[in-house]
Amino acid sequence: MRRILFLARAEVLHVVRDRATLAQVLIVPILQLLVLSNAATFQIRDTPTYVVDLDLSTASRRLIERFASSGHFRIAGRSASANLADEALLAGDVTMALTIPHDFEAMLVGTGAAPLQLSVNAEKGSAAGIVQSYAASIVSAYAAELTAVRGGAPRIDLRMRSWYNPSLNYTHYMVPGILVALVTLIGTLLTAQNIAREKELGTLEQLNVTPITRGQFIAAKLLPFWTLGLIDLAIGLLVGVVVFGVPVRGSLLLLFGAAAIYLVVALAIGLWISTIVETQQQAMFVTFFVMNVYLLMSGLFTPIDSMAPWVQTVSLVNPVRHFVTISRAVLVKGAGVRDIAQPLATLVVFAVVTLTLAVRQYSKRTA
Amino acid sequence: MTALAGLIRKEVYHILRDRRTLVVIVALPVLQVILFGYAIRTDVDRVRIAVVDPSPDTMTLALRARLDAAGVFEIVKVSPTMDAIEPLFRRGEAQGAIVFEPDFAEHAGRGVPASLLIVADATEPNTGSIVQAYASAVVQAFEQEQAAHARAVRITPAVRMRFNPTRRSSNLFVPGLMAFVLTIVSSLMTAISLTREKETGTLEALLVSPLRPWQIIAGKVAPYVVVGFASVVGVIVEARLVFGVPLRGSATLLLAEGVLFILVSLSLGILISARTSSQRVAMLGALVGTMLPTMLLSGFIFPIESMPAPLRAVSAVVPARWFVLVARSVMLKGTGLAYLWPATLILLVMAVALLVASTRAFHERLEA
Repeated sequence: MRRILFLARAEVLHVVRDRATLAQVLIVPILQLLVLSNAATFQIRDTPTYVVDLDLSTASRRLIERFASSGHFRIAGRSASANLADEALLAGDVTMALTIPHDFEAMLVGTGAAPLQLSVNAEKGSAAGIVQSYAASIVSAYAAELTAVRGGAPRIDLRMRSWYNPSLNYTHYMVPGILVALVTLIGTLLTAQNIAREKELGTLEQLNVTPITRGQFIAAKLLPFWTLGLIDLAIGLLVGVVVFGVPVRGSLLLLFGAAAIYLVVALAIGLWISTIVETQQQAMFVTFFVMNVYLLMSGLFTPIDSMAPWVQTVSLVNPVRHFVTISRAVLVKGAGVRDIAQPLATLVVFAVVTLTLAVRQYSKRTA
Repeated sequence: MTALAGLIRKEVYHILRDRRTLVVIVALPVLQVILFGYAIRTDVDRVRIAVVDPSPDTMTLALRARLDAAGVFEIVKVSPTMDAIEPLFRRGEAQGAIVFEPDFAEHAGRGVPASLLIVADATEPNTGSIVQAYASAVVQAFEQEQAAHARAVRITPAVRMRFNPTRRSSNLFVPGLMAFVLTIVSSLMTAISLTREKETGTLEALLVSPLRPWQIIAGKVAPYVVVGFASVVGVIVEARLVFGVPLRGSATLLLAEGVLFILVSLSLGILISARTSSQRVAMLGALVGTMLPTMLLSGFIFPIESMPAPLRAVSAVVPARWFVLVARSVMLKGTGLAYLWPATLILLVMAVALLVASTRAFHERLEA
């Protein structure tokens, strides 16, 4: 045990003394969090809209006002030409074109029914769906108002509620996920790089001929990075709460407990990578590719539910996916141990399996 | 000129001799597009909902049948109380809930509006909005059919989804993926080509040879543009065959823009490796300098118009941003150069600037 502590201390000194590593550990995560949380967003801001008003009546003007004041739409252009609207759509200047036909008001007064045309740039599929639903709800609210004026009453009083994120703030969703990416990067990349450096410098050989056992060596190597990962999570979480106002609804103890288990997996993967590479450069390259696939397929950026069924199945063996689920459930939804039992148990299994495999691989390579 | 031809011949031999790397370089983009094309999606076409129905009656049962028949909803649980909902949401087993008030049909019959609550798990705000929109569309259609009373005013929007009528997100992401994987391959290629010269010390030999710096750069870039071109063709064919992404515009234009983009990425990679002293820094520069911005700031996954102004400004210098724009416009909208000349011009300027800068960087190495 004392040997492990000695080695771990040496490791800590290495990290603290090397300015570059220290910066990598402390400053880069904060920067990443700040940039990523702002960049990685599907937030739908006010949609630029082109209005073609062929009616020019009170009713059409009121409807356009509704759109402009809803907070979801910004009137970016207006004319009486459908061709101009089409060109604006094609050039990407506007996302939606709203066409109000001739006799819009006359039809409403006469028959109580009137058509309307919405053209949405559907390149961004799901965003287009949301834009359309915003528009539809404005139109139906306007229709309901007119109905009320005429003395009719709706039969169903429809109300909507958005749980966990009522302000529909995208950063509240992204920050808990990005924290996972940070912890993963620290855990995997630093470990792989660090051991690869010992290999390059030849100090690994020296350590191998000392009385330290392999188990002790690995424990001493991983312990400081494990601690660093947890510290980084704490720093990141602090930034998330202070800067972005991310909610902390669940137990922090539970989150850090899960992180402690997850870090073992991340570190073990780093250790495994370090056994198959010779240089730091290779270590970085392999780590980057592994991380690329892991992060893009973890549900961090795009929802798991939207992935093709076979990808969803494959992603079950992706540890990042499970910790992203846990992090979001605990922070945003206030989930307890029982709610996250399944992903947590999966992580425990991963931790045992990957650590065993990595240690065996390491021993084989260096024996 | 013969010197340049000789250098190019040498590079071609290098590429052809190392079969394994060649296969990796050509196959990697195709594989990545498959993998990420199926993974990076935002379609919401199955929604798991829970129903809270304290007193089932004809109207609530009819509405439930409607929800079931809509095709998007999968009712995972029917419960008489709200308590059962929260754990389902926390475990992610339900994404939305439809909550009827007690004595729903009776209220509606008496002319008192019967209240209906749609709860969505808005942790991911967009999915939350879509779930609400789907559910309210079903309810409104149901109400209109039931009510049909004379005084109701109806405005029916006819919605046209332009450029991507089925709203499949693979149509959006696959053209963007092209930019992403081409960046990776290009930086990988320069890393392999230049670091090898550095490792074996032959770069010094090249520098003292009668070859001019621009000739060295040209000799390095030219063969890899051909390899990159093969990847572009592979990915376009794949987008068409595997993902059914339309190619509405001119294929020639798309290929030409693809080559231009590869030229930009390659010269960026060369500039980074020429500027940096150690390989470790070069790799870090290549990764941090090209892949991360390409992934996050090119609009490939996250729409640029959603970003705050400073990041939007930064994204303007990311070459992939312009190629993503071009690829999407040509493939989905069928636009031509009339609309795309600004983006093309920017890519051209970037290519020239980067090539000049890397030639300069070689000059300096020579003098130092």
